[in-house]
Amino acid sequence: MDRKKFFKTVGIAGTSLVAMSSTADARTRIVSPDWMGMLTDLSLCIGCRKCEWACNEANKLPNKPIQSFDDPSVFQEERRTHAEQFTVVNRFEVDDRPEPVFVKKQCMHCAEPACASACLVRAFSKTAEGPVLYNKDVCIGCRYCMIACPFLVPTYEYADAFSPEVKKCTMCFERFTQQGEVPACAGICPREAITFGKRSDLLKLAREKIRSHPDRYVDHIYGEHEVGGTNWLYISPVPFEELGFRTDLGETPYPEMTRPFLSAVPLVLSIWPMLLMGSYMFSKKREGEAPSTDLHERVDS
Amino acid sequence: MTTISSELDGRKSWVREQIFLGMSFRDYMRSLKTPFNFIALVILCVGLPVTVLRFTQGLETVTNLNDNYPWGLWIGFDVLCGVALAAGGYCLASAVHIFGLKQYRPIVRPAVLTGFLGYFFVVVGLLFDLGRPWRLPYPIVLSFGVTSVMFLVGWHVFLYLTVQFLEFCPAIFEWLRLNKFLRWATRITIGATVFGVILSTLHQSALGAMFLLAPSKLHPLWYSSFIPVFFFVSSMAAGLSMVIFESTLSHRIFSRQISHEDHHKFDGLVVGLGKAAAVVLFTYFCLKWIGVAHGNHWDLVGTPYGRLFLLEMLGFVMLPMLIYIWGVRENSARIVRIAAVWSILGIIFNRLNVSIFAFNWQLADRYVPHWMEITVTITIITVGLLTFRWIVNRMPVLYVHPEYPVTE
Repeated sequence: MDRKKFFKTVGIAGTSLVAMSSTADARTRIVSPDWMGMLTDLSLCIGCRKCEWACNEANKLPNKPIQSFDDPSVFQEERRTHAEQFTVVNRFEVDDRPEPVFVKKQCMHCAEPACASACLVRAFSKTAEGPVLYNKDVCIGCRYCMIACPFLVPTYEYADAFSPEVKKCTMCFERFTQQGEVPACAGICPREAITFGKRSDLLKLAREKIRSHPDRYVDHIYGEHEVGGTNWLYISPVPFEELGFRTDLGETPYPEMTRPFLSAVPLVLSIWPMLLMGSYMFSKKREGEAPSTDLHERVDS
Repeated sequence: MTTISSELDGRKSWVREQIFLGMSFRDYMRSLKTPFNFIALVILCVGLPVTVLRFTQGLETVTNLNDNYPWGLWIGFDVLCGVALAAGGYCLASAVHIFGLKQYRPIVRPAVLTGFLGYFFVVVGLLFDLGRPWRLPYPIVLSFGVTSVMFLVGWHVFLYLTVQFLEFCPAIFEWLRLNKFLRWATRITIGATVFGVILSTLHQSALGAMFLLAPSKLHPLWYSSFIPVFFFVSSMAAGLSMVIFESTLSHRIFSRQISHEDHHKFDGLVVGLGKAAAVVLFTYFCLKWIGVAHGNHWDLVGTPYGRLFLLEMLGFVMLPMLIYIWGVRENSARIVRIAAVWSILGIIFNRLNVSIFAFNWQLADRYVPHWMEITVTITIITVGLLTFRWIVNRMPVLYVHPEYPVTE
């Protein structure tokens, strides 16, 4: 490759990367009115864990008889999602409250998902319907999505040697788009603690509940603004930080954390060659004036 | 049998000279009976079965990775430290070919070789870690996640590996006496170097930028919007220190390849590299504190994690910097070499802090690597060293090929 060709190559690479990062710059901060979502009312949950059973059924995960989910011993330690458990209910004892509070945990289906912006093969997508879905056919298994997720949701099939996948809640996407049914957890909940609906309607419902029962709820809809908004929303009788929720995540969507860096890439690509070639010319010229101090006293060709 | 042996006879001299180092096959095999090779054999005898286990039984059998700690030793050490320590290639190539510091030319080739093998074995380490390693080319050919910093890393490591191979090609062609290709390969040196520096700038910093997506998991003393700059600047210190360390070892182990005069001048080069490393470490030290000030995290310096941070900053950045300065002032290559080893440990400490020790700092459970993870890492390093030695013993890396005195 001669110099001219080299510059051409750098030019092509540079232009394509500029184009690439400008698409990343176009801020797609759309909170669609059509997005479906879920609202979990923590004041209603009694910790029966039937949602866990229904989730296992719906996703064809290894399951146990529904009666065995009454066993309260699982609450002794806080659990997280796993490859064979897309949702878990944890119990929290809160000061000055006779009853414990139960918290169902699953994918939050972020408006601008960290997992999707982390993925180098676009295995994650935010659907027009709201849920964040994973495509196992392109995933290479780097697990950067799991590093990026602030809610510690995605899990991995570490035991599988040949076709391991990232596993997480899909908000029963196929169930509600194809069969017209509500997500399994919402369908089975005996207390109607989980409501499925349009995110915009759920926000109205949550606000209405908080307004009419200020004694029963703290004035905070978790997921309305957190990390730029999530499609799964929570309302709670006690402050969220007492229930294992991260309330320090901020309202900036995660894709914006890496955006400044990605925008700087075309700058480096276009300015570095200039500086480096300039320096090369300069040193070449200087070398012509002074004799070489080369160790082997080689002559430059 | 007779046809094979007669065919071999025709090529015998070349094979004998270039592959068996001028020995008969029997003598060559006998020459391999050394203590180092024995240790390497023992390591491989453990490492290869573990490798088979990894690829037949899955990650769970050989690692302690879990859903909270998706990245462990293989990413934290093999990839993050591997890439940083392979930075010597671009540091030396740009110093000599771009900034015109011609006196460093004798150590460019070993630095480029270290860089190339470093990156190559980073990719090998990555293959162990990926859930579906056979899909490694997907981000290059199939599905482009352009919003991902890791997409950038993947592309740049792929391109840089190619560039470093091209940069090393002259040595291979001199070895094989392919004069036509040699002319072609030497002509692209400047272009390859410039392209290599750009790629290095971007992916060294991009490795840090990957952690920009973990503000709630990485401790605030390490998390900073400057983390790409931290990774880039510290990679220069890592690269320079690694060049000092590697060339020192090479000069001892392969000393018969190097003329007496070169040994003498070599100490001067080491001190010169030490001076550069001291400047880089000083810059890095200041930058890190600017990062703390920028995030206004002074209150965290007094916490247990703050003590870990202070240990890193004072013990593994400031101390090696001071040793470097001392070595340069005393004009002592010996002291500079101590500083180099200490800096290398410091960079490793930093990368492990970011990826493991200060990661998930708010969780109670900690990740401790499985012994088989450590085995794989040691095996990869061993194979890397064996490859390095194999090449250095055959190709003109440490010495100038008598038939090719001009290598611009």
